[in-house]
Amino acid sequence: MSTSSVTPLWEVFIRPRNGLAHRHCGSLHAADAQMALQAARDVYTRRGEGQSIWVVPSSNIVASDPSASAAFFDPADDKIYRHPTFYDIPDDVGHM
Amino acid sequence: MQSAALPTAESDARFIQLVRLADDHLILGHRLSEWCGHAPMLEEDLAMPNIALDLLGQARALYSHAGIIENKDRDEDALAYRRLEREYTNLLMCERPNGDFAHTMLRQLFFSVFMKHYWLSGESSSDPVVAALASKAQKESDYHVRHCAQWVIRLGDGTDESAARLAKALQALTPYLHELFESDSVTQTNGDVGFLPEPSTMQTRWRADIDTIFDLAKLCLPSVENLLTQGKSGGRQGLHSESMGFLLAELQFLQRTYPNMQW
Repeated sequence: MSTSSVTPLWEVFIRPRNGLAHRHCGSLHAADAQMALQAARDVYTRRGEGQSIWVVPSSNIVASDPSASAAFFDPADDKIYRHPTFYDIPDDVGHM
Repeated sequence: MQSAALPTAESDARFIQLVRLADDHLILGHRLSEWCGHAPMLEEDLAMPNIALDLLGQARALYSHAGIIENKDRDEDALAYRRLEREYTNLLMCERPNGDFAHTMLRQLFFSVFMKHYWLSGESSSDPVVAALASKAQKESDYHVRHCAQWVIRLGDGTDESAARLAKALQALTPYLHELFESDSVTQTNGDVGFLPEPSTMQTRWRADIDTIFDLAKLCLPSVENLLTQGKSGGRQGLHSESMGFLLAELQFLQRTYPNMQW
């Protein structure tokens, strides 16, 4: 859209029900916060998806660098002991 | 239905006013839907048809209830699609071509602010169906006002071009405001029995809301006296502008070509 050069990008987070967390569901263009909130309502909650909406300027999101993903995430791959799967659970505890 | 027991004049007045309101919503909804695929940005391309669908939903409910009150076996489709131009009694404002985005937003703001207050009063209607309809429609209108007000404020207080376009839209729409508050024997009858409020009683509240929004949009509405005593009229008598025929040709095409076709 030709508007993308003048209207900033916003990330939209929707909370589907009380008690759940807001989840990222997409992005949109809007001139300011109030308009972004309304656009989010029209674009992302038309089918009753939401109880609450957050919008955040995309420029305010600090993201990890994809080219550094090896350094960031690979070291966790061989540390399976960080999953709590090595404990014997007494029968009395039942289902956990 | 309770309407069967009503004196004819009273039930006629009810039918006439429900159809007026339904026509306003159908015709304005149709106009708004013309933006679908043509809006200045994707977000607005969803927002305007969204409002159009709300208006259409309100029109359906109003036509259905009018058909029951009339008791002549006409359903919502018969009323919406199978009448002649002179039988449509919408406000002239609603049938005006869309113009540019500023024109569409300002027209919607004028109408939605009126309807918000009208439905709020309508919630205490003596007819429980109308009261329920008003209570649902009131929430929808509230959102329409929010949306349009935000745009009108931004266009009015935006660039030189957006302000100029909005000022032009205001000039073009002002003559049509008078009709919003028009009163006649139909509205008086319905007002007296508490079926639907008299449109003229919305003036003060409408004006206060519009003034608040216009302050922020740096716009100025002509004085109340001029607004309410002068202006175009005729929509409620089925006297339309030349654009109405073209609108109906498109709106009625399917039902005229394939009568009684169902979705």
